[in-house]
Amino acid sequence: MVGEITIEGVVKRFSQQNADDVIALSGIDLNIRAGEFVSLIGPSGCGKSTLLRLIAGLNGSDVGKLYIDGEEISQPSYERGLVFQNPMLFPWLNVHDNVAFGLRARSIYKDNKAEVDKFIDLVGLAAFHKSYPHQLSGGMAQRVSLARALVNHPKVLLLDEPLGALDAFTRMNMQDELIRIWQERQTTMIMVTHDVDEAIYLSDRVIVMTPRPGKIEKCIEVKQSRPRARNNPEFLSLRSTILEILNFAGHVKEPNYYL
Amino acid sequence: MTNILITWLPVISTVLAIAVDVFMINAGKHTSIKQPYFIYLLGIILVFFTAIAIASYFNTKAKNWLDERTLFVAASILFLNLLNIVTKKLGLLPAIYFPSLDKILGIIIEDREFLAICLASSGKLLFTGYFFGAIAGFATGIAVGFSKGAAYWINPLIRILGPIPSTAWIPLVLISFPTTFSASAFLIALAVWFPTTVMTSSGILNVQNAYFEVSSTLGAGKYYQIFKVGVPASMPHMFIGLFNGTCASFITLMTAEMLGVKNGIGWYINWQKEMMAYANVYAGLILIAITFSVLITLLFKVRDHVLVWQKGVIKW
Repeated sequence: MVGEITIEGVVKRFSQQNADDVIALSGIDLNIRAGEFVSLIGPSGCGKSTLLRLIAGLNGSDVGKLYIDGEEISQPSYERGLVFQNPMLFPWLNVHDNVAFGLRARSIYKDNKAEVDKFIDLVGLAAFHKSYPHQLSGGMAQRVSLARALVNHPKVLLLDEPLGALDAFTRMNMQDELIRIWQERQTTMIMVTHDVDEAIYLSDRVIVMTPRPGKIEKCIEVKQSRPRARNNPEFLSLRSTILEILNFAGHVKEPNYYL
Repeated sequence: MTNILITWLPVISTVLAIAVDVFMINAGKHTSIKQPYFIYLLGIILVFFTAIAIASYFNTKAKNWLDERTLFVAASILFLNLLNIVTKKLGLLPAIYFPSLDKILGIIIEDREFLAICLASSGKLLFTGYFFGAIAGFATGIAVGFSKGAAYWINPLIRILGPIPSTAWIPLVLISFPTTFSASAFLIALAVWFPTTVMTSSGILNVQNAYFEVSSTLGAGKYYQIFKVGVPASMPHMFIGLFNGTCASFITLMTAEMLGVKNGIGWYINWQKEMMAYANVYAGLILIAITFSVLITLLFKVRDHVLVWQKGVIKW
């Protein structure tokens, strides 16, 4: 198994004009096992997206280092695929060419043409090879974006609120799809989300982060087998634990009255 | 009833124009011509639109085509009719500056070989200048868009040289180039270069950074990002630059030909004006109008083909 991420004492500051530096991440230590599904959750400003960008290699850390399988991360690579909340499909390429982009960029398209079709099928868009991005719905575009990252066989797939812009039902379908792809491909997945239910439903481990300065508050293992029920007692108790850490649980334990 | 009228309006307008030309007496101020060319033109229009009008009863494609332009065509023919009345029939305008339509059409037909030579020579000049100007524009635009160093050195140059109309360089350019052809080609290239450069670089600078980030996590190197992400993403802007460049190139071509070059359609117009042969001037103008609008239409066709993806994304 490959795709182990090690984060050692990472600090990231952002300098601002006319103000003190913002400490986006203060001393993050984290180890993500190969093949693990991890969610980063927390209110905005807790540095979860920043951490993801550091793992992707899009930004560098000020202090500390990040490693993938023991090798230091210094720049972006196809080994660490990234999917944004906005699918960011290339509007001038059709679905097939969007998915083929990574293979062409790496000059290995000729020998791997079949891969493109395979991954378009995997995300269930076999009938849309020739469609342009503006002809797709939000959910379909996000599937293409997933296929585009997966076709490179990344060791780690980084997901920055990939389902945040979708409606509730499409979102639940896509969650099942993600789990199916993850089980099939055994890729390490690191997902940033705002949604506590989504984090518990999908992950082996939920990393709860808090802001000012951004740090890891708690790591919570989810030990349930999959597929998971969103309404079983274990699920609900994890949910309230996380909400309590984030101070969103509220203090009213018993309702004042029932209607 | 009104539907039938609208369908046949171009035909009615044409018949009216023919009737006026045949039955109304000439004022006699205009020199007589070998053939009634205006009647020939109207005859062709009559046959064509009668055929279309009949076809429109059987074929929806013909019907849609006709419906879209029937009023405009009818009005245009009416305008020609009025022009014919004002010039040849009543002689209300000075005959030397406003020759009859027969005469203008006659020149296009009788002088066609010489006009074609002029047009070809203009075309050669235009395409030479346009080609080098557009290539240089793309290259500079891409360099300025992607390289901070290039932007530092080239931007001031663009800011100073760009706004100067390229025709202002004529005195300098005509003496510093070996031939008037190369001098004029250079001026046209300069006129195309500026808008193409500006729009290409601004297009590249406006590409969302996230596209470059995504492509780098997909394994794209620097040059792959420039040519496979930056360039296609800024293509809509580039076409606006090319369009502006095309218009600027027409202006420069005409000015260059009227001032220095000794052939071409612009030179022809200027020469005939000095000979007081205004019918030839109009003939030249009509040819220019047709040629340039065909070129612009071609450019739009290329754009529609290259930018199919932006349907519903960007409009201009």
